[in-house]
Amino acid sequence: MMVAPVLSVEHLTIRFGGLLAIDDLSFEAAPGDITALIGPNGAGKTTVFNCITGFYKPDVGRMTFRRESGESFLLERMDGFRIARAGVVRTFQNIRLFPGMSVIENLMVAQHVPLMRASLYSVAGFLRLRRYLDVEKQAIERARYWLDKTGLLDQADVPAGSLPYGAQRRLEIARAMCAGPSLLCLDEPAAGLNPRESLALNELLLSIRDEHGISILLIEHDMSVVMQISDRIVVLEQGRKISQGTPDEVRSDPEVIRAYLGVEDEETAVAVLQGQGARG
Amino acid sequence: MEGAVSKTSIVALLRDAGAAAIVAALLAFPLLGFRLVDSAQGLSLDTRLIWVVYAAAVVFAGRFLFSLARVLYEARPRAVARPKVAVPGRARYLVGIALIAVALLLPWLPFADRNIIDKATLILIYVMLGWGLNIVVGLAGLLDLGYVAFYAVGAYSYALLSQHFGLSFWICLPLAGLLAASFGVALGFPVLRLRGDYLAIVTLGFGEIVREVLINWGAVTGGPNGISGIQRPSFFGLPMVPASPDGATTFAQFFHLAFSPNHRIIFLYYLILALALATNLFTLRIRRLPIGRAWEALREDEIACRSLGLNPTMVKLSAFAIGATFAGFAGSFFATRQGFISPESFTFIESAIILAIVVLGGMGSQIGIVLAAFLLVGLPEWFRDLEQFRMLAFGAAMVLIMLWRPQGLLSHREPTLRLGGVKPLPVKEAGA
Amino acid sequence: MAYFLQQLINGITLGATYGLIAIGYTMVYGIVGMINFAHGDIYMIGAFVSLVGFLLLGALGITWVPLACLLVLLFAVGFTAVYGWTVERVAYRPLRGSQRLAPLISAIGVSIVLQNFVQLGQGARVKPLPPMIDGSFELSSSGNFHVTISYLQIGIILLTVALMAGFTYMIRFTGLGRAQRAAEQDKTMAALIGVDVDRTISITFIIGAALAAVAGLMVTLYYGVIDFYIGFVVGIKAFTAAVLGGIGSLPGAMLGGMLIGLIEAFWSGYFSIEYKNVAAFAILVLVLIFRPTGLLGRPEIEKV
Repeated sequence: MMVAPVLSVEHLTIRFGGLLAIDDLSFEAAPGDITALIGPNGAGKTTVFNCITGFYKPDVGRMTFRRESGESFLLERMDGFRIARAGVVRTFQNIRLFPGMSVIENLMVAQHVPLMRASLYSVAGFLRLRRYLDVEKQAIERARYWLDKTGLLDQADVPAGSLPYGAQRRLEIARAMCAGPSLLCLDEPAAGLNPRESLALNELLLSIRDEHGISILLIEHDMSVVMQISDRIVVLEQGRKISQGTPDEVRSDPEVIRAYLGVEDEETAVAVLQGQGARG
Repeated sequence: MEGAVSKTSIVALLRDAGAAAIVAALLAFPLLGFRLVDSAQGLSLDTRLIWVVYAAAVVFAGRFLFSLARVLYEARPRAVARPKVAVPGRARYLVGIALIAVALLLPWLPFADRNIIDKATLILIYVMLGWGLNIVVGLAGLLDLGYVAFYAVGAYSYALLSQHFGLSFWICLPLAGLLAASFGVALGFPVLRLRGDYLAIVTLGFGEIVREVLINWGAVTGGPNGISGIQRPSFFGLPMVPASPDGATTFAQFFHLAFSPNHRIIFLYYLILALALATNLFTLRIRRLPIGRAWEALREDEIACRSLGLNPTMVKLSAFAIGATFAGFAGSFFATRQGFISPESFTFIESAIILAIVVLGGMGSQIGIVLAAFLLVGLPEWFRDLEQFRMLAFGAAMVLIMLWRPQGLLSHREPTLRLGGVKPLPVKEAGA
Repeated sequence: MAYFLQQLINGITLGATYGLIAIGYTMVYGIVGMINFAHGDIYMIGAFVSLVGFLLLGALGITWVPLACLLVLLFAVGFTAVYGWTVERVAYRPLRGSQRLAPLISAIGVSIVLQNFVQLGQGARVKPLPPMIDGSFELSSSGNFHVTISYLQIGIILLTVALMAGFTYMIRFTGLGRAQRAAEQDKTMAALIGVDVDRTISITFIIGAALAAVAGLMVTLYYGVIDFYIGFVVGIKAFTAAVLGGIGSLPGAMLGGMLIGLIEAFWSGYFSIEYKNVAAFAILVLVLIFRPTGLLGRPEIEKV
């Protein structure tokens, strides 16, 4: 890879009390790639996300985020909301929408920063000046675009909490996209989806990468998603990196097979990693 | 219908009511059965155990009738579960307009005497405070138990500014709001990162601190005696007095009216109505702006807010400061209306009443707050003769309304924005 | 030094009563997650019931002080516990699981009801009780300043220590304590494995009220005057103590209570009596800013 990585994580280490949750983890995500983070339950994947997005402060380590413009940010020194403003936006394993607000409102909140600026900290907005109304209209259009992309356009005015599960997952991705990320971090976006929804998700993620040029960092258990769309995969076990590479390389790595289901059940492990078995 | 209440269920209800009566007797025995009487010989005990029997009997009858009514109600034939009809936005709009019209016309209605206008003024003060606190509690979801502190800051600001610098009400009003907002920021900055319930106790403590300072800092605040002789409001410079001491034109002279003390009452009424409506309009509009949506989002999920680039401290601080501003406005109005203020008026119970108005109204519902203010402030005012039982009934009403409607009286939330397309619109490349 | 010692003794006595009340706040908050705003008034009820109890015993001719104190303790604990139980059953239980503020508003309503109930039933005047337990030990005397600890202060401190020890034992080692801790962590799960959550919560309120009654009795004896309004300020301070010590933690509540008591005693002793509440709250704010979970609270890892 010649281009500078969009995200490089170096020697990341974090402890909770006596537990070493992440142990000297280093990896990189290339711009325009879908990089997947996989591993058994409790391997520390979500903890890595929480460090990258500023919810946890690591004990040791450096996380550098680079934008296309060349600007770079040291994430371990930033507050969570500043990381999001810089362009690293995430979703959550256990969906965190604003359930009482309507779908379209959820997407408007995601565009808070530019809207707030255009409203001159509410003064222009309060007076309903042209300069604010124009930006607001653009924001609505952007929201409409992503609702359309995620098939939620006809639900725009219902409370987000009343959507079915799969739709809530899609809305969370749409909301993250409205926040204008350069790096989109998705924490198990396929969890709880049926096979058809899973397939639609694949298409959505590929289009985010290909049409919008946005890098994706993905935690996922569903191998049918991971193996089909990832450009690179990093495998974690008990807080340590045990393998990385393209899907094919990872699939055939004996270390990964061992970590996944134990050596005695190699065939199932292989099937899971091929994306044929039940979800992990 | 008759089948619904079988013999066994009657027995069960009686047994239940009996149990309640026993508990009531136990509660009543030490505190109603005996009365502490202090006399010259010291404290003695007055025995009146019959009261225990009364209490038990009342609870027995009440509990039995209530349960019976509920059994009958639940057993009544219902063909289809009636779907809840949401009041459409238009109807709510019309109700709002009608309420405003009534409020505007009130002083000219035949039954409106001085007493009624005074009471309406009082209710409007609480409506305004409720609308102000609603920004903090209802929209931003911050539990503030010390709101009355900002009300006090506003009242004392006006009293002191007008006494020491001779500033008029219209200059003091924004200053009082500004001062209250500064207090809000000064308190909010360190404590707003605390979790919800900690915030509640810190704000409660802050309210008590402000009151304690008002009581103890006698040189400035007049101590427990407060400040009296506060400048009354003037109608854009025209004083509302029988005859102006310095020979200036009075309100009555200017408009060629006979002097009447009612002028001031009515003027004050319209003043607070205007202030309250301004608060309402402000809230309705700011809800649709990014900051308003951010408040509501923060109430729903703070972590999600952070992940989208919202700075929670600033969002909370803005809600806190704006809420405080309105309390400051209301405080200066209170000072000019009373002409006298003292720490007595700013006790915790005031904060509790305002918070109760917001929560009972339905957390964020503007009309609900009017309704709750009327129920909690207006109704008890009409029963002032029963002074002793007034606060007891007030507390009981708070509990009962909460049990009856835990979501508040009107809990519908109107979205701040509608896309409107129920059907998918033609696909458009908006360019994201 | 002597003066310091005297303030220390006064502060610990005061702190013991705050601590006992704070336990009620902290246990309820831990298990139901609500601020039981009426708890201060339960303490006030306890004080009134104690006073009635003393006069009742006097009328019955039981005047031997240790026996009278023991009987009044049982009387007050018993009847106040009924208040605690009833309040939970009537005003809080139906609101479990509804929006966060509903039980708080209900609790404020209960607080208003209890205050006005006592005011109506017993009158608004301050009720005095002549000192019953006289005598004190003189610890040291320098010149004309004597450091004393009264029998009553010793009694208060000993009783508080005994109750604390009993409680720590109960929470750690008995089935009830386990049920409480389980319900605190996860009510649904606790119910699934056979914990009677409703009963556990009821018992929690009963225990809280009983301890508040003990505090009420102590204050009645110690200060000798009570009125229907004493619950409010003491309640706020006891809750402050619970938060200061780390809400949900029993030793924390006791520690917080002691700290608030000491701050108050030393502030009144060395500076002025006027701003003692300001001092207590200022400490609270400082602690929360630097240690948001309180002194002994478990540091909380935010679940994302």
